[in-house]
Amino acid sequence: MPYDVPHAVSPSLWALAWRRLRSDRVAMVSLAIVGVFLCMMVLSATGLIAKNWSQEVGANYAPPSFLGDDLERAAPSTGPQPSAPGAKASSAPTPVDVKDPLADVLAEIRGGAQDGAADDSDIVDPIADVMAQIRAKGIVPGAASVRAATLPFGGDKWGRDVLQKTIKGSETSIFVGLAAAVVATLLGTIFGAVAGYYGKWVDDFFNWFYSVFTAMPPLLLILAVAAVLQQKGISTIILIMGLTGWTGTFRLIRSEYLKHKVREYVQAADAIGASNARRMFVHIFPNVSHVVLVQLSIYTVAFIKYEVILSFLGLGVPVDAVSWGSMLNEAQNELILGKWWQLAAAGTAMAVLVTAFSLFTDSLRDALDPKLK
Amino acid sequence: MMGVGQRVMAEQVEGASLLSVRNLRVNFRLDKHTSFEAVKGISFDIPHNATVALVGESGSGKSVTSLSILGLLPLENSSVLAGSEIVYGGRNLVALDRIELQRLRGKDISMIFQEPMTSLNPVFTVGFQLAESLRLHLGLGMRAARKRAVELLAEVGIPDPGYRIDAYPSQMSGGQQQRVMIAMAIACEPKLLIADEPTTALDVTIQKQILDLIAELQRKHRMSVLFITHDLAVVGEIADHVVVMRHGEIREQGPAKRVFEDPRDPYTKALLQCRPRLDRRPMRLPVIEDFMDGGAHAMNLSERSRGFTATDPVILDVKGLGKDFYSREGLFGRRKFEAVKDVSFRLPKGKTLGLVGESGSGKTTVGLTLMRLHEASAGEALFEGRDILAMSAREFMAYKRRIQIIFQNPYASLNPRMIIGQILTEPMQIHGIGASAQERTELAFELLHKVGLPEVTFYKYPHEFSGGQRQRIAIARCLTLKPDILICDESVSALDVSVQAQVLNLLQDLQDEFDLSYIFISHDLAVVKYISDEIMVMNQGRIVEIANSDDIYLNPRHAYTKKLLSAIPKGWHHGND
Repeated sequence: MPYDVPHAVSPSLWALAWRRLRSDRVAMVSLAIVGVFLCMMVLSATGLIAKNWSQEVGANYAPPSFLGDDLERAAPSTGPQPSAPGAKASSAPTPVDVKDPLADVLAEIRGGAQDGAADDSDIVDPIADVMAQIRAKGIVPGAASVRAATLPFGGDKWGRDVLQKTIKGSETSIFVGLAAAVVATLLGTIFGAVAGYYGKWVDDFFNWFYSVFTAMPPLLLILAVAAVLQQKGISTIILIMGLTGWTGTFRLIRSEYLKHKVREYVQAADAIGASNARRMFVHIFPNVSHVVLVQLSIYTVAFIKYEVILSFLGLGVPVDAVSWGSMLNEAQNELILGKWWQLAAAGTAMAVLVTAFSLFTDSLRDALDPKLK
Repeated sequence: MMGVGQRVMAEQVEGASLLSVRNLRVNFRLDKHTSFEAVKGISFDIPHNATVALVGESGSGKSVTSLSILGLLPLENSSVLAGSEIVYGGRNLVALDRIELQRLRGKDISMIFQEPMTSLNPVFTVGFQLAESLRLHLGLGMRAARKRAVELLAEVGIPDPGYRIDAYPSQMSGGQQQRVMIAMAIACEPKLLIADEPTTALDVTIQKQILDLIAELQRKHRMSVLFITHDLAVVGEIADHVVVMRHGEIREQGPAKRVFEDPRDPYTKALLQCRPRLDRRPMRLPVIEDFMDGGAHAMNLSERSRGFTATDPVILDVKGLGKDFYSREGLFGRRKFEAVKDVSFRLPKGKTLGLVGESGSGKTTVGLTLMRLHEASAGEALFEGRDILAMSAREFMAYKRRIQIIFQNPYASLNPRMIIGQILTEPMQIHGIGASAQERTELAFELLHKVGLPEVTFYKYPHEFSGGQRQRIAIARCLTLKPDILICDESVSALDVSVQAQVLNLLQDLQDEFDLSYIFISHDLAVVKYISDEIMVMNQGRIVEIANSDDIYLNPRHAYTKKLLSAIPKGWHHGND
């Protein structure tokens, strides 16, 4: 600085918005909740928690611990009977049970070969190694084979811990929601900015494109995009939702640009010689960015919910991954059997996050509303 | 009818005032911990059958006062403090509940606002909106209400009211819309009409008509009018009493004659002097500070002479400038609208060309077309012998620097997301002025100093400044490019009278220092007269008259110029006796 002017850093509009947001109790509580979920997601992604979510640690459909084991025995219609009245419920076969399924066949073959001079070494038990391994394990009862009768929040069909699954599921769900929201908002913003700023035939073109997109039923569109992408996976889900979801943002941002491009500050920028791109992104964009931000969070909420629908349609995450959507999908079969905890866990997690996120979005919109002159 | 009955009742308490405001204090909550007292214990009376003018600049609390009379203050962040009294008809309006107030509003006390365009609902006809208030307050039937509405429209001077009653607001001019608003306000024969800056958004000729109409209605209906304005000159002709407010306090009040002829408060004196006058042109306009310090006559009152001479070197020579706009009509057709037609003028170096006209006259279009913010349809503009309108965008870039524009609305022309430093250095960066960021920052500091702003300004955001300060920043932004021509598009119109004087002085100082040429666009003839050497009067896209500024005011040749001049509010000096 050429002059050493003492100055307090004056609050920018963003800083003022943050100040308003901070004084909003609802906003701060919901932000904290969203923060907890995000931490959970990061921790699970780095493998610090819920690493062993896919291990079958409990009995099939192990009930939540707070319900106790009683329920299971009172209605023993499903699942294996506990082998002992103790805390252990083992569905793993005892070493005695381990029999080589090929033993009889082999014996027969070997018996038939006695009269010939054929070399015995030809006939090898093809699964001998595997059997050896199984026996080795069978003799020493491993940790995996000892299954808990109850789990903190119950187990699923294979006895996986629902709580861990929920945590692991948040990773996929939140990531998918956020990433798809970013893709959709980015597309919508760029299209909207270009259409609104340039107007004329550019605007006509994008509006035509928009009309075509919105004329198709969304499910059909999703199936079409899924058919084109041809593979199942997280990136596919993100693309499906991103490519089909930009339309709302497009309209909003377009109208904002239509409004702002004739404002005097933009004309003033033109007068000092600022280029089109500079006017679009340096001058106008910061003034409409609050709309973008709010859109982003609305989309995140919507896409977390949407992922469930995609999973339901079989377009969701692959089998080796877990998301809240796939958990809810599994839950529909379990409910018939009266196993409600997977539904409860995934549903609660999602409801809490989505509600917190929505409330936060709402407060965010209030805080960013540039009412002050 | 109810109105008559109440009128009789009011006669009984004659002698007392119609409405008395006693020790009114209004508080605004800014956030959880800070609040702001917008009105600090003011008292005044509105007598029967009289016009009281409440005069003050922005932030004086005049509008807050009027809103609190009607109980229209926003409930969520404002409160009328205990001890405040607004006595009307023996009742304290502050203590009334909402329903009782609602009954008074529109019937006993009604209000007209500054912006007629936003006060009328665009999707209903004016007749429907008029009849609605008649049916609600007077309980008239459909047919009776419509008949009365036609009468009211005739009364406020809408031509052919039987036909215009079915017009939508957008089909009327601004002046006619304001007439409709007045018709609505007087529909129920109120005893008090509150007019909040009713003419500020209107052209000067329309302003005169509306002022005359309000004065006439006031006499005819024997009602009282509370006229709120920032411009003392406007009320000179119609007010009986004047109340001058500043910063939520009353500086002076008294009969209009006394206040205008013998102002006692320095602030009132300043308000009367700050506004440029048609008959005098001091070297510098007096500003509030000159009076508040007490040294009222220390300022330089010597006259400045103006005018173009034949020997002035011409910097911009505009010939036959035209600008057409097209609106779509039918499926393929389009209708041509000639916003500017065959405009020619010369701008000498270091001089000011005033451009005067009413809204729709095309004066702003001339400015924007010269900046190439609009594309010209015809004509040429020779800048140092080269036609800037025919250049390619790349070629024009070098000239863009040399013609700059200051817009009307200082609240809209600065990007709210940038600090002043960014706003000032950006143009230099684009045009490669100054070798480094360091040098550009130094230049910015220098310019801030020049326009009279402290250096801290550099680090602040536009929302932290008042209108006048923002206009200074906008001027500084233009100066960063060292322009030769500055187009001032209504640059002081949105400012308070006192601030306007400061900005005009600044513009004059800069012209003296840098030999700038100005094209000064304004609807305010007094301001244009003060700052301009030559004046060009425009009407409906054409030049009506162009002459040296002293000549045009002394002997206007064209009828339209005469009409404009006669409409200027004269204040007290030439007004009624």
